[in-house]
Amino acid sequence: MTTRRGLWAVAAVPILFIGYLFVYPVIRILWLGLSGFDLPSVTGQTRLLGVAWFTLWQAAASTVLTLVLAAPLTWAVSRFEFPGRRLAQALVIVPFVLPTVVVGAAFAALGWRGSIGAILAAHVFYNIAVVVRTVGGMWARIDRKVEEAAAMLGASPARVFRTITLPLLRPSIIAAASIVFLFTFSSFGVVLILGGFEYSTLEVEIYRQAVTMFNLPVAAVLAVFQLVGVSVLLTLYSRRQERSASALVLAAESATRRRPTGATGAAVAASVVVTLGALAAPVAVLVGRALDHEGFSRLVVTDPVVGRPTDAIPNSLGFAIAATAMAVAVGMCAAYVISRRRSRLSRWFDVVLMLPLGTSAVTIGFGFLIALDAPVDLRASVALIPLAHALVAVPFVVRSTMPLLRSISPAVREAAAMLGASPGKVFRHIDLPIIGRAALVGAGFSFVVSLGEFGATSFIARPDTTTIPVMIFRLLGRPGLGNFGAALALASLLGAITAVAIVVIDRLRPVDMGTF
Amino acid sequence: MRTGRILVITFLLVAPLACAEEGEAAAPTSLTILSHESFAGGVVDDTFATFTDETGIEVEVISAPDAGSMVNQAILTRDNPLADVLFGIDDTFLSRALNEDILVPFESERLDDVDPDLIVDDRVTPIDYGDVCLNYDIAWFDGAGLEPPDSLDDLVAPEYSGLLVTQDAAGSSPGLAFLLATIDRYGTEWPGYWESLVANDLRIAADWDSAYYSDFTRYGGDRPIVVSYASSPPAEVVFSETPLETAPTGVMTDGCYRQVEFAGILANGEHQEAAGQLIDFMLSPEFQEGIPLSWFVFPANITVGLPEVFAENTVLPEDPVTVDPAEIAENREVWLDQWRQVVSR
Repeated sequence: MTTRRGLWAVAAVPILFIGYLFVYPVIRILWLGLSGFDLPSVTGQTRLLGVAWFTLWQAAASTVLTLVLAAPLTWAVSRFEFPGRRLAQALVIVPFVLPTVVVGAAFAALGWRGSIGAILAAHVFYNIAVVVRTVGGMWARIDRKVEEAAAMLGASPARVFRTITLPLLRPSIIAAASIVFLFTFSSFGVVLILGGFEYSTLEVEIYRQAVTMFNLPVAAVLAVFQLVGVSVLLTLYSRRQERSASALVLAAESATRRRPTGATGAAVAASVVVTLGALAAPVAVLVGRALDHEGFSRLVVTDPVVGRPTDAIPNSLGFAIAATAMAVAVGMCAAYVISRRRSRLSRWFDVVLMLPLGTSAVTIGFGFLIALDAPVDLRASVALIPLAHALVAVPFVVRSTMPLLRSISPAVREAAAMLGASPGKVFRHIDLPIIGRAALVGAGFSFVVSLGEFGATSFIARPDTTTIPVMIFRLLGRPGLGNFGAALALASLLGAITAVAIVVIDRLRPVDMGTF
Repeated sequence: MRTGRILVITFLLVAPLACAEEGEAAAPTSLTILSHESFAGGVVDDTFATFTDETGIEVEVISAPDAGSMVNQAILTRDNPLADVLFGIDDTFLSRALNEDILVPFESERLDDVDPDLIVDDRVTPIDYGDVCLNYDIAWFDGAGLEPPDSLDDLVAPEYSGLLVTQDAAGSSPGLAFLLATIDRYGTEWPGYWESLVANDLRIAADWDSAYYSDFTRYGGDRPIVVSYASSPPAEVVFSETPLETAPTGVMTDGCYRQVEFAGILANGEHQEAAGQLIDFMLSPEFQEGIPLSWFVFPANITVGLPEVFAENTVLPEDPVTVDPAEIAENREVWLDQWRQVVSR
């Protein structure tokens, strides 16, 4: 059998990627921090126990809330065909890219500020797309015939959902939940800006210790705390997901989506309108205020200092394309390897791939600085920006493809192999058509992660390549209603670009041929 | 197998490049400045054009998100520095840079033109300064028929209850500056002053952006007094939506804290001599004249005049507070812990 060696060759790509860009830098920085460790600097910091507890419970609460509130919309867009469905699926992802400072201003204008409620609301606002798209991708492929058979045998709709639909969705729900949990567990801007300074997560505390105090030992202890906590939870998740995955027969999306009628139609409409309406409220405030201050007309005016705001768009798009390409390549290799081998090693590898999402930006950023100067000095290189984006994007590709890869019945692959197909050919003709769609969901997220530039990249010493979020940050760096308007307008434009990108990526779907 | 080969090939390609970099210290073709985002945001194509024309050396700027991260980055990379010049160290982080010995002594040929009050150590050259001061919304105070506050003492008076927003001193540089100004004024009594501020319904935002753009009344918030900069009013004029004659915000000249920004030559850098030339250039009238409107701070070179919009709309506090950097370094953690306890009540 050549598969074993072949599998290792495929595994080499993600192993090198994650090893060089994550494991090695993080070990170096933690080692440096912990080598200066002395007990007195850590004991007496009992406040930090409170911080750890808050970090945990707010992340758990945010995850549950996001799952519950995302459910109606997920159901509507994955099970039904209606005008504007694709648009709804694209719009839901817009919040994902909006900078926290801008969202903070919009939330404040709506009176949401300085409370735990505001933090949770913002976490739902940012993460609802993760659930809608990850779970929706799976739900759209579940054959209605199975549910109908159950109904015909006398099961109530609730019972059908509980005993048929939910178990089939479970792997994707776990996948989405794990991502939402990681994002909210390592929440920084939302907690700082919307929570007011009373609330603090481990992420915020690591920043304060490492940057404000330059107390690397304490920061390193907290970072280890964060890493261990995240690893334990991920291991549990990963085991759950593996156990709950069942080989099932997938249907083509076109066959599972129906036109809603009657009461169902009303429910679908209500789900879409209410959810998108709630998400739109802060966005509307943002756009409205951008218009009030004539922000959009300023976007094309060249400011003598910061330049023309729209000039940042090509930079952002370029990074996003590069990051997406890398994340999809690395992520698909990883998902393939992990889904093929159910060993402790592959489970462990799965966890490591997810870790960058739950690791503090300071840890990764400072790690890059001390580790990436040889053999090529990547530390202040432009290439590091898309690489760092890809690091955060890979988990999305892995999470969105894995549930489907696991659902492919081994019998199908074995049959193909028996008939003489090489492993490559089996992948091309069996796996790829099925996961192509899911890989696109992952690609969409990668693109959006890069456009919105989440945490990990902010601590890189960046060369002067202005991306959209950096431009927004710069415009807001100086007082003046003109700057304020332009910043809000650019944030609105970033949202619009995101929606368009997602519509385009969704349309790229490979031929829908997952019907066997 | 294939990956192994690729690695070997990459190494073979890269190794000569890495070796070639050494031994050419005499004539650099480019210099790198490690700075923070607010400085990088104001650098344009011709910021260093004259320097490049005169010396043939290109200048590249790389940036950290804030001054604290920048100093930390410089310390972490001390053995193989990211840049030749470190610029934008302020006095609150100065001791950290000096204690860690990441900078080498340098005396600029233009040091005589610099305000002597700003000079503190031979390893750092002052380039600019700015004052953190309370700003108030003039229109709001007119509408409310209330006089804007005059002094730090005013802020605890009942008529100013619920009007002030400041920033988290542990995470924001103006927030820390305001705390230092009160420590300087009230000495060991400062926690008591902050208790009164809290009792007077003080709000604490995470950072300058959210205080100014979410809480300040001029931007739709409900707080007409905000901790900002003495140069914010001219910025309001320059970056207004519609042309303004006078600034819409005023500055309270009491309780201002002066932040000086320094440049220094990084130890272990390859081009220390050229780095010195670059710092000389940054003190030249040409560079210094551009400082106010690029970064909204004041030039350290006293021979340079101010642009009109600055001169007209800025009130320079007469006696701004400065705290000895060594004292800040020594007490930062204690002060911040104490501060947090007071304001968390």
